[in-house]
Amino acid sequence: MTELQEINKSTSAKKYIVPIGPQHPALKEPGHFQFTVEGEIVVDATIRLGYVHRGIEKAAEQRNYTQVLYLVERVCGICSHSHGTAFIQCAEKLAGVEIPPRAKAVRAIAGEIERLHSHLLWLGVASHGGGFDSMFMYSWRDREIVMEILENFFGNRVNYSVNIPGGVKEDITTEFIDQVTPKLEYLKKRMEYYLDVINTDITFRQRTVNIGKIGKVETDKLGATGPTARASGVARDMRITRPYDGYDLFPVNIVTDDRCDLNARFVVRIKECIESILYIIDVMNRMPDGELTAKMPRKIPAGEYMSSVEAPRGELFYFVRSNGTENPDRVKIRTASLCNWGTVVSSVAKGHKLADMPMILSGIDPCFSCNDRMVQISRGKNDSEVWTWEQLRKYGIEYYQ
Amino acid sequence: MQKSAIDLSDIQEDTPQSRLTIEQRLRNWARIKSPWAIHYNSGSCNGCDIELLTLVTPRYDVERFGVKLQGSPRHADILIVTGSVTFQSKDRLIRIFNQMPEPKLVLGLGSCSISGGVFHDCYCVVQGGVSNVIPVDVFVPGCPPRPEAMINGLLVLLDIAKGKRQKSDYNQPTIVENPDVVEAPLNAPEENGEK
Ligand code: SF4
Repeated sequence: MTELQEINKSTSAKKYIVPIGPQHPALKEPGHFQFTVEGEIVVDATIRLGYVHRGIEKAAEQRNYTQVLYLVERVCGICSHSHGTAFIQCAEKLAGVEIPPRAKAVRAIAGEIERLHSHLLWLGVASHGGGFDSMFMYSWRDREIVMEILENFFGNRVNYSVNIPGGVKEDITTEFIDQVTPKLEYLKKRMEYYLDVINTDITFRQRTVNIGKIGKVETDKLGATGPTARASGVARDMRITRPYDGYDLFPVNIVTDDRCDLNARFVVRIKECIESILYIIDVMNRMPDGELTAKMPRKIPAGEYMSSVEAPRGELFYFVRSNGTENPDRVKIRTASLCNWGTVVSSVAKGHKLADMPMILSGIDPCFSCNDRMVQISRGKNDSEVWTWEQLRKYGIEYYQ
Repeated sequence: MQKSAIDLSDIQEDTPQSRLTIEQRLRNWARIKSPWAIHYNSGSCNGCDIELLTLVTPRYDVERFGVKLQGSPRHADILIVTGSVTFQSKDRLIRIFNQMPEPKLVLGLGSCSISGGVFHDCYCVVQGGVSNVIPVDVFVPGCPPRPEAMINGLLVLLDIAKGKRQKSDYNQPTIVENPDVVEAPLNAPEENGEK
C-alpha cells in the first residue's frame, strides 16, 4: 500500500491542473475548463458548463407560438435564424401549413447569409486564438459587409427575425439583388484570399496542420456534426440528407475534407462561405413568384413534430409537442455545440501542448449560450425528488470539493 | 503639455492635502485617457457579445478613445456586463466586481442587462437585471444595441468619470438612447460648451 501511495505521489507530483475560466479573455462566453498537464503536454481535460443556463425550454411553455419564436431566436445570437426556422417549421408542420415557395427561398437566403456571418466571425476568433491578429482584424472588417446586408434588409444586425409564423416578413426585391451582388462578389474574392493565406502562410500552417486530428470513424461515433464532422470526411449535412425549407427547391453542394486536422476545419468553413455566396446569388436570380406568408392558426392542433436544421455549427434539432392550445406543451432543443464538445474532451485535446488549446477549442466553433443545461438528480429508482436551488448548489459544491 | 490636461490652479501648495488631491487628479486624468475594460457575459445570447467585439475591430475601433479590452479584472477600470444574470454566474459577477480596483465603472449592455429582456421570467435568471446584483452606472438599450450606441454609452461613462455628468442614482440608472442618425456633416463644429 505504501508503495502504491509513493507511485501515486511521484506521478501526481509532475501533473498540474490548469483551471481556466469562467471569465477569461480568449472566449467571449463563460465556461470553465480544467486541463491536466504534464510539463507542457495536456493529458486530460474536463469542462464545466452551465454558466449561461437560462431555462429557455421551460419559459417556452408559458408563451404562445409567436412569442416563443422570438424567444428561441435568442437562444444564440449567432445562429438566431436557424433556431427560429427550426422551431417555426415544427409549428407549421403541426398546423398543416405549407409555406409559399417564395418564403422558402427567402428563408434559405437568410440562412446562408447567417452562415457567412458566423463563419467569418469564427475565422477571426479562431485565428485570434492562434495569435494571428491581423487575420482577426481583416475578417471582422469584411464581416461588416455581411452585417450591412443584414441590417439594410432584415432590420437588425443580430437577431434579425426573418421568420414569422407561416412565412417570412421581408421580401427579396430587385433593389436588394442590385445592392447585394457586388458586395457578395467582393466577399468571394476575399474568401479566396483567405483560403490562400491559410494554405500558404508558414506560421499558420505550423499551428494548424496535423494539430487536433480526429479520425473519421471516431468522429462518426462521437456524433460530431457540421463543419467539424465534414472536416473529418463525414458527409453529414442536414441541408442535403433531409432538405427543409428552401433547400428542397434549391439544393446546395456539400464541402468535405479528409485531412481531419485543424487546417481542414479552416478550409471547410472558408469553402462553405464561397459555396454560400454562390448559392445566394443563384437563388436570388431564380426567386419563385408568389406570396410571402400563408395563413397560420393561433391554436396549433395537438401532436408532435421533430425538425432539424443545418445551423452554421452543425445540426440543430427541435422537438415540439403541442396540446391543442396557443402555447407549446414541450419544446426540446439540441444544439450542435453540445455534440461537438465530445470530440474535444475525449480525444482531440489530449497529447497536445497547452498553447494549442485555444485553437483546438475554437476549432469546433464552440457556443456556450446554446448548450448550457440543468440536470435534475434523483437518488435511486423511486426516490426522485425536487431539489431547491440552494440544495442543488450545496450538492454541487460538496461534489467538487 | 496642453492646458486642458490637468487643472491644478486651485490647489494651495505645501498643505498636507494638496499632495493627495494632486495624486487623485493625476490618476483620474490617466484613467480617463485610457480606460481598460473587461467584459463578462453573465448569461446573454451572444448577440451583445459579438456586437461588443466589433468595437475593437477596424470599422468602429474604440481604441481611438483609449478603451481597450483587457483580460484580468484586476487591471480593469470598466466592467462591461452583457445579458441577464443567471444564478450560476451571479456569484462570479459579484466576485469579478469586487476584484476590480476602485474607482470602477460598470456598463450594462442590452435589454437583458436592464430588465432581463426576453429572459425576464425564466426560472434561472435573477429578476430585474444586472442592477439588482451590482451597481450599474450606464445602460445601453437595444437587442442588441448598435455599436454606435455602445460607443455613445462608453463616452457617457467617461463623462461621468470626468465629473461632467452626475453619477446616477442606482435606482434610476442613466439610460443611453440610440443616437439619432447624424444628419449634419461629420466635421461640424463641436458644441460642448453648455454641458
Ligand atoms: S439584449 Fe438581446 S442581443 Fe443582448 S443578450 Fe439580451 S437577447 Fe441577446
